[in-house]
Amino acid sequence: LASTMTKQQANWSPYDNNGGTCVAIAGADYCVIAADTRMSTGYSILTRDYSKICKLADKCVMASSGFQADVKALQKVLSARHLIYQHQHNKQMSCPAMGQLLSNTLYYKRFFPYYSFNVLGGLDTEGKGCVYTYDAVGSYERVGYSSQGSGATLITPFLDNQLKSPSPLLLPAKDAVTPLSETEAIDLVKTCFASATERDIYTGDKLEIVVLNADGIRREYMELRKD
Amino acid sequence: MSKGEVDYVPARGGFSFDLCRRNEMLLNKGLKPSTGNEFNFWKIPSYCTWDGVILGADTRATEGPIVADKNCEKIHYMAPNIYCCGAGTAADTEAVTDTISSQLKLHRYHTARESRVVTALTLLKSHLFRYQGHVSAALVLGGVDVTGPHLHTIYPHGSTDSLPFATMGSGSLAAMAVFESKYHEGLSRDEGVKLVCEAICSGIFNDLGSGSNVDICVITKGQKEYLRNHLLPNPRTYISSKGYSFTKKTAVVVAEVLLTKITPLKQLVEVIEGGEAMEE
Repeated sequence: LASTMTKQQANWSPYDNNGGTCVAIAGADYCVIAADTRMSTGYSILTRDYSKICKLADKCVMASSGFQADVKALQKVLSARHLIYQHQHNKQMSCPAMGQLLSNTLYYKRFFPYYSFNVLGGLDTEGKGCVYTYDAVGSYERVGYSSQGSGATLITPFLDNQLKSPSPLLLPAKDAVTPLSETEAIDLVKTCFASATERDIYTGDKLEIVVLNADGIRREYMELRKD
Repeated sequence: MSKGEVDYVPARGGFSFDLCRRNEMLLNKGLKPSTGNEFNFWKIPSYCTWDGVILGADTRATEGPIVADKNCEKIHYMAPNIYCCGAGTAADTEAVTDTISSQLKLHRYHTARESRVVTALTLLKSHLFRYQGHVSAALVLGGVDVTGPHLHTIYPHGSTDSLPFATMGSGSLAAMAVFESKYHEGLSRDEGVKLVCEAICSGIFNDLGSGSNVDICVITKGQKEYLRNHLLPNPRTYISSKGYSFTKKTAVVVAEVLLTKITPLKQLVEVIEGGEAMEE
């Protein structure tokens, strides 16, 4: 009798995973946000040239991996909310403000989440680099560096080793931003992705690096393995 | 024979070396051992159309989404004239090709002949059928024997096909697309190798389950060329010029060398050498 009364399982899922990896590193006066440009489904590649990075405000950039349809929808919601903020306050949203907005937007869909794994990078009100890391339903934290996506498990241990993030439990509270220079941080990011590409099938094709500093926003590309 | 009591060694499983002394005695007396080439193969008139089999494979082994081995060997040796490409679970393809390769070798000793591809095919398919698909090995078997060149596919449940060109694995559609577009009869050796490389590359770049390098194996009558890493189209894209250092604490290697205490065993058995020489 037990076999005839089992709950019916859905054989259609509204979600899909398009793969990819994102990384962000905060420096003393800059922030580096990087993501690969491969979009895949199952064992196939959909495109080798898809940007996972979106500029939300002058000093705030978001990189997201996961289900790109949900990511696109999330980016649209945040852009629209930012526009409204600009009309109401006559200024751009700061990175910490955008961080809070993103968290609220994600939790708003707590019971049908955005399948989106985000890292938010930018400069805070003092001009120091800041990185916020999120889970799919909006839990967030300001950190010195973060990695999300299919290659995160490969990259995070390496960043932990090289950037030696201080424990958040220490008092006085130590700043988590890295003392590395901008060039060193970019070199680190390139190494991370070249290595993650070797071992993760969903990461590859091309690397898009966005650098935010006092001079503005700069974009760089690097070729990755295409297999 | 009265001497039997002295020479008798009780069988303890495994190999029986009873005949070794006899064989040595015969060799000393001048007997030529059998070479296995007593039968003459009939000569096939060849007028230089290239005849053989070309096998190709990529070199990526995955564990889910992670690459476990970036340069593994998927073209397995079965016999000097037969090779087998394996897709599916690596342990299964290794085990099944090793097992059948061993059986083929014993069969060669028994029959004193070169192995035939259909023999390997039958051994593989019966093994896989017996395991009802639980041995997850999808194979492309190719070789050249007395009856000519052969190419077969073997599926995990035990069915086989005999084909002019074949692909297996997650990248099989990408590779087959290339074969279906560009294959024609009368390909030369170099054209064939180039086509197989193209097909494997198509799998490497378009399928996420395949990657890294191309291995090729060319088998013709009496000769085989195993071209390991024939193509390396995926070099590492970025190597930091300054390099990275890791503190000593990073890798805590626990290398406790356990000192082994060696206790010499007391000799209980006396080995009797010699005895009288055997007579015919």
